[in-house]
Amino acid sequence: MLAFTFRRLLALIPVFLAVSLIIFLILHLIPGDPVDNLIKIGASAGQRAEIEARYGLDRPLPVQYLVWLGNVLQGDLGTAIVGRRAVSAIVAQALPYSLMLGGCALLFSSILGIALGIVAALKRDRWPDQAIMGGVLIGSTMPGFWLGLMLILVFAVWLGWFPVSGARGWTSLVLPVLTVGLGGTALVARVTRIAMIEAGQRDFVLLLHAKGLPVWRIQLFHVLRHALIPVVTILALRIGWILGGSVTVEVVFARPGLGSTLIKALAQHDYPVVQACLLMLAVAVMLGTLLGDILQAVMDPRVRTALQ
Amino acid sequence: MLLEVENLSVTIGQISPLEGVGFSLDRGEILGLVGESGSGKSLTALAVTGLLPLIDGRVTAGHVRFAGRDLAALPPCALRALRGKRIGLVTQNPMTAMDPVQRIGAQVDVMSRLHLGLSAAAARARTLELLTRLRIPEAAAVCDAYPHQLSGGMKQRIVIAMALAAEPELIVADEPTTALDVTVQAQIIQLLGEEVKRRGLGLLLITHDMGVVAQVCDRVAVLYAGRIAELGPVGGIFARPAHPYTRALIDCIPREGTAPGSLTGIPGAVPSVTTYPLGCRFHPRCPRARPICSATVPPLLNGHACHNPLEGADG
Repeated sequence: MLAFTFRRLLALIPVFLAVSLIIFLILHLIPGDPVDNLIKIGASAGQRAEIEARYGLDRPLPVQYLVWLGNVLQGDLGTAIVGRRAVSAIVAQALPYSLMLGGCALLFSSILGIALGIVAALKRDRWPDQAIMGGVLIGSTMPGFWLGLMLILVFAVWLGWFPVSGARGWTSLVLPVLTVGLGGTALVARVTRIAMIEAGQRDFVLLLHAKGLPVWRIQLFHVLRHALIPVVTILALRIGWILGGSVTVEVVFARPGLGSTLIKALAQHDYPVVQACLLMLAVAVMLGTLLGDILQAVMDPRVRTALQ
Repeated sequence: MLLEVENLSVTIGQISPLEGVGFSLDRGEILGLVGESGSGKSLTALAVTGLLPLIDGRVTAGHVRFAGRDLAALPPCALRALRGKRIGLVTQNPMTAMDPVQRIGAQVDVMSRLHLGLSAAAARARTLELLTRLRIPEAAAVCDAYPHQLSGGMKQRIVIAMALAAEPELIVADEPTTALDVTVQAQIIQLLGEEVKRRGLGLLLITHDMGVVAQVCDRVAVLYAGRIAELGPVGGIFARPAHPYTRALIDCIPREGTAPGSLTGIPGAVPSVTTYPLGCRFHPRCPRARPICSATVPPLLNGHACHNPLEGADG
């Protein structure tokens, strides 16, 4: 198991390099120049060259990349061009908010999604199943920013239960978590339901019934146990997605976070900040994938055998 | 009688794969239920273990009586209490019969913990003893293994162990060796036969192999297209089969001295449940068919359901 984890970590290195190269290049290929933001209107070409030299923007691209990568690996994400602060400080300030929102949303969608999926699978093709799947369909098609606005209207403006925006205290977390989590709930519920129905039709379930086990025990300890293998994999893959996917929700609720930092930096062409944010999201996706693989091996002995 | 099946008809959706099937089985007896694929053998196993609802099947006529009680009249919880504890099932394919993510030991232990109320330690001790009895080498190591780490023959021994663990009175074995290598088939059948005889249990052995019937069974019921064709003691039926279908099945057993390429089959195929012919369902394939065979259903009399039984047979 340890050897497996180690090998998977090693395999992530080339992926990380490729991702970092792409992130680095994309920003240099899109039009627009951050130096325009820094120099005063009517500044001379000399002043412009001086600023470009200060940020290393006058050197060839491959050199810029290697310098940047070397710094990143040492934890130095550079200095924000517009914000004029260490990028690592900006990211360190934003990341806890994103992790909090993403983590709570993931937890919320896991618990509610799995519970709804179980009920739908057990009451398959009867009204609870149809109600849950119908609700889930509506939930999954609603755009996050719109759902967020509706939740603000009902629970913050009309009922006044929660603050409209900001990130002060746990009450301000409720509506954003609901907004991000409901979309995930839909996915988790669907996957849980299908996986349970599929697992319930496997041969060994018949023998479990023949062994005289109570139905609830068969459903929870055997069928659900199997169904959770794909569900957990999908949840792990969503870790990165939820961190990055909360962008619009962070904007709607005016919450600090990686997403809103990224949007702001993009608008300002603040390369180092954009690069750092994208890199964080990419690393989150990679770690999520790794976690998914490890969890799958933990949950399924056949996968462990195949690894050896 | 331990098990009495009387005039049993089973319906799944719009189709009725079993019609008027009847046989009985006593303690210490092995009854072979023989038939080709699609004759309704596995359905009979599900009916006897009360598992028909799992495949949306239901009993439309007749009874399955276990130890004098009609299974159809029992509520689901009482039926569940019988399963595993008093009726053990051995399924067809050991490759897929066990939960692939649970250790072997736990899957056998649960039987004695659930049905005999043993503690975890006592249940494990019993499991080890049982596995050793079933000639599984290194029982302790096997308990810690997962199903995919064992061979087919070993897995089927484990399935048999699960069926025996709670000291049932009846074992239903649905083609227990079909999925196994030919070399281990005979071992498994012999082992199952021995255990059942030693414990004095009833065994309903479902198979398509007359050779297996000859090896271990006391009596045999031949099923064709959802009806009983012939029923009686193994010795008598093998010596003097009355039904042409039984005769054909016996002729299909390869014997010593069977010349290569001369192995016989039965011409035609078992009709599907939607196209059962009128009258005797075997008549389109029967060499002895007469006009009456396609008109009326032969009743089961003197152990066979045939209008034109083979000569030399009783009755």
